[in-house]
Amino acid sequence: MKNLLSITDFSVQEIDQLLSVAQDIIANPEKYNEKCKHKILATLFFEPSTRTRLSFESAMLSLGGSVLGFSDANSSSASKGESVSDTIRVVSCYSDIIAMRHPKEGAPFVASMVSSVPIINAGDGGHNHPTQTLADLLTIKTEKGRLDNLTVGFCGDLKFGRTVHSLIEALARYKGIKVVLISPKELTIPDYVKSDVMDKNNMDYVETTDLEQVMPQLDVLYMTRVQQERFFNEDDYLRLRDSYILTLDKLSNAKPDLSILHPLPRVNEIAVDVDNDSRACYFKQVANGRYMRMALILKLLGIE
Amino acid sequence: MKIDPIKNGIVIDHIEAGKGKKVYDFLELEQLDCTIALIKNVPSKKMGKKDIIKIDADIKVDFDVLGYIAPEVTINLIKNEKTVEKKRLELPKTLKNVIKCKNPRCITSVEQGIDHVFKLVDEQNKVYRCIYCESKAND
Repeated sequence: MKNLLSITDFSVQEIDQLLSVAQDIIANPEKYNEKCKHKILATLFFEPSTRTRLSFESAMLSLGGSVLGFSDANSSSASKGESVSDTIRVVSCYSDIIAMRHPKEGAPFVASMVSSVPIINAGDGGHNHPTQTLADLLTIKTEKGRLDNLTVGFCGDLKFGRTVHSLIEALARYKGIKVVLISPKELTIPDYVKSDVMDKNNMDYVETTDLEQVMPQLDVLYMTRVQQERFFNEDDYLRLRDSYILTLDKLSNAKPDLSILHPLPRVNEIAVDVDNDSRACYFKQVANGRYMRMALILKLLGIE
Repeated sequence: MKIDPIKNGIVIDHIEAGKGKKVYDFLELEQLDCTIALIKNVPSKKMGKKDIIKIDADIKVDFDVLGYIAPEVTINLIKNEKTVEKKRLELPKTLKNVIKCKNPRCITSVEQGIDHVFKLVDEQNKVYRCIYCESKAND
């Protein structure tokens, strides 16, 4: 039985196969609308995440399956002190597959140790969020037609952004990826991502603080939010904040086929007028998240 | 200083000077009734100075624990006052309930009855990571 706890649980071949299925779902949705008839997805959200939960539920409903679950820990036995192991043992009697989000890192791994049905990690603290990475990969693949030989810029909070670390880890397995890391010095990528992922895979990368200077090189720009609470000093935050807000002006020297991604929710790091630019892909990314979750559910349930 | 040879037991030799007490505590030797000698700062040709622990009883030592905290040591198993086996230790591939994950966001901080398990991911730099949250053991 296979689970998805981290993006590296799947080989490149498995990810490519998932991407093909997702693209086939986009092209022929009617082919899939009864594939999961009589199957039940449990969405166990020990912390609220309406967006991710709805994406999973929409994915299962689009496959003809049913959903049950809870949307925060207060409405589950966890509020009475039940362990993750016990909750999962019980819920795996009621469902065929489980998607879980938990504030504690490694909780889905604990779940996978006791579950009799596949476990999907829908986010565990600051650790992993592999289905977001799958959505990112499908968006890049759909927009660029490939996942190799690309220059990918990551901009904003690269220190705490788990989606950034996870996407770099996924892209490290493709050839010819150049990573451009754009962030204030306070929020640079952690050393372990450099040593354990980028150096280990001989990835080509550069670090800079200047978004506009590197803009012309980029095929993909992955934006994240610079959060005020990450700074010790409000003056530093105010000084740096605007440098990492994407506006139409800053896109003036970008490639015409640049793809702009963002894991959402957005606050102010992408100006609203960028939304109408053909290079903005972040709402397509949301739709792709649902298709990838559909492909993932099919794979983990062993449904062709 | 003269310490009598032991009859049946274990000599943990070549402990890095100053680390003897840590080894003693980790192996919970204070719970034993037998004669135990913790000898500190013994002159050593190879190490300059070293610590030695002599245990005069045929006890079962957790070599995984010892391999983790003091991989440099040599173990001499003594039978009838003679060394019958010499062992060099290696870093254990897995540590189960030897150390605890210090990441407050790790599931091990709240889940009841869970084993604390670390895996060796980089032997050269002695890096262990929690199997649940992947934090480094000494972070």
